[in-house]
Amino acid sequence: MPHSADQDKIYAALTEIFNDVFMRDDMRLTPELSAKDVPGWDSFKQIEIMVSVEERFAIKLNTREIDSLKCVGDLACVIGAKVAKG
Amino acid sequence: MRWLPEQPEWRAHLRTLARSTDEVWPQAVRLAGARLDFTRTNALDALVQERLAGGAPPVTAASPVRLALLGSATLAHLHAPVRVATLRRNIFVSTYENAYGQYQQELLNPASGLRGFRPDTVLFAFDSGHLVRGVHAAMSPDEAAAALEDVTSLLVRCWRAARDELKCVVLQQTLLDSFPRLMGGNEHRLAGSRSAFVARLNAALPALADAEGVHLLALDHAAARDGLAAWHDPALWHRAKQEVSPAAGPAYGELVARIVAARLGRSYKCLVLDLDNTLWGGVVGDDGLEGIVIGQGSPLGEGFVAVQEYAKELARRGVILAVCSKNDMANALAPFERHPDMVLRRGDIACFRANWDDKAANIRAIAAELNIGLDSLVFLDDNPFERELVRGALPMVAVPEVADDPALVPALLADAGYFESLGITDEDLARTAQYQQNLARETLRADATDLDAYLRGLEMRMVWRRFDRVGVARIVQLINKTNQFNLTTRRYTEADVAAIMADQDALGIQIRLLDRFGDNGIIAIVIGRRQPKGIVRLDTWLMSCRVLGRQVEAATLNLVVALARQMGARRLVGDYIPTSRNAMVRDHYDRLGFTVIARADDGASRSELELDGFVPAPTFIAISED
Repeated sequence: MPHSADQDKIYAALTEIFNDVFMRDDMRLTPELSAKDVPGWDSFKQIEIMVSVEERFAIKLNTREIDSLKCVGDLACVIGAKVAKG
Repeated sequence: MRWLPEQPEWRAHLRTLARSTDEVWPQAVRLAGARLDFTRTNALDALVQERLAGGAPPVTAASPVRLALLGSATLAHLHAPVRVATLRRNIFVSTYENAYGQYQQELLNPASGLRGFRPDTVLFAFDSGHLVRGVHAAMSPDEAAAALEDVTSLLVRCWRAARDELKCVVLQQTLLDSFPRLMGGNEHRLAGSRSAFVARLNAALPALADAEGVHLLALDHAAARDGLAAWHDPALWHRAKQEVSPAAGPAYGELVARIVAARLGRSYKCLVLDLDNTLWGGVVGDDGLEGIVIGQGSPLGEGFVAVQEYAKELARRGVILAVCSKNDMANALAPFERHPDMVLRRGDIACFRANWDDKAANIRAIAAELNIGLDSLVFLDDNPFERELVRGALPMVAVPEVADDPALVPALLADAGYFESLGITDEDLARTAQYQQNLARETLRADATDLDAYLRGLEMRMVWRRFDRVGVARIVQLINKTNQFNLTTRRYTEADVAAIMADQDALGIQIRLLDRFGDNGIIAIVIGRRQPKGIVRLDTWLMSCRVLGRQVEAATLNLVVALARQMGARRLVGDYIPTSRNAMVRDHYDRLGFTVIARADDGASRSELELDGFVPAPTFIAISED
């Protein structure tokens, strides 16, 4: 899936967040990546990712949005839409 | 957490540490000194936990702590923040959390995981929803009062179980008021309002806690300061039953760590102040006494007054003040002696260093002169260069990032919680005066031609008494905070001290030292236990460092020998147990004429003294019972 420049920036920031959350240096984020693909990605780590995303992008994700997330691509889309709205 | 400095290469350092095979703890202490968000806190904790693999680090500032978090909602996300905040203070804490919702069962069941964990500290971290359950707006005032009574008696039962059955230090967190109000500004008039109920419960906690010897963790105060939204996220509560949101985890960990540290005597003791642009505006050496900005009439000058007033209030409650300034001494002293708008005066400063040496060297000298550890010092300086220099040379000194507006400095110091304290004793209130008396003693020492003349001139009197109810707060405080002159560093609670008082075979004495300059307060604690074969075992011997070099050790031994003989002793046996901070007493018993009878590889030793033929060492100290 081709990314826009904004999406590239979002993926770069998400990669840093994921590397920090999972204490790794080698995370490769693809839109399809989901919790089942990453060892240790449980409900706590999910919250940690959400908290970090909110802080990094200065946005607030609501309950419906978080519930609808199935994969990294969904997350990047939600962030993109929120950041664009300002 | 704005007082903690950013460490620009933090991620890189953590990754380097993760790859190295070195011992991880000392490096981790430094990394914990940075401003950390929740994710970094977790990452650092994960690395430390993995490397320690269930063991404890070899060298820390205090004995390890086993802390149980008990509550009825999710606390799992708070363990790492608590451990990292204590790591920041070089204290190792293991944590435990009850099975979800099972805190009462675990407290009462002798076979529970909680009992198996063997905690020494229990923190009751109830979510307010749990304690407020059943309260509703249609309640009558009587029903609401009965509900409050139910909750307070539940709390007291829990505290007593933890204190009496588990022998734990008990901490209770105050409640977050996360309930939307039903009336508004006069919510208190609705008896069954949950928000008003929380307010009443929080208002009742201090007296209840004091009556039961429980320490409060003031979560309500923190939320009032930062705003509820900084601490509580209703969406996360519904998602994960986290009352304290993860983003507030590091701040929560700090609150816990401060109380743990205070209990271990590891709070900071001394505030070291820079002068130019820290206590007043401008540079006194350039601008002159008349040119500095301090006092009413200018917003900046009033800001600096506020800084000085906060420091003065800290000193009044027992925090030691020192000055460390790059200045000529005469210039530095002038405002303290002659400027009418100064709040702080020379007499408020226990140790005053103004010269052109580097600040790290001066801070070392301040610690040495005051006889306190470098890790008891907080250094306040507006100059980022000096702050970095001191952080690099003396990583154990706390160096807060300073707001560039003095108006913000008092709140910054308060929020950083360096001087967290669990109680105030007469000694705390008299401390500045005592340091002043020390200055007078130093002057006498400089005047006296030889040591004997000096000591004789002090007219010292040692007044002792057995442990008693009145002295118990000071006794427990000394037992738990004395680190350097402490042979065994055994820590005891008020209950332990009461047990010693009741025990026929135990000797517990508190010793006060007076001299012609004033009362030094309780300066020594000795605990002995009668054992078979005419032995009195010295369980604890600790002294305040500020009276060293005055024959107090020898006079104390003379007293202890006399009391031990009354207990039928023919021999005294004393142990030295090394810690990272008590090397100064390694040869204490040896110096007093004991014979070493056993040595261990870790440096511990056991010494004994035959009382038959013991001749009291001559001193210039008169001993009497109080």
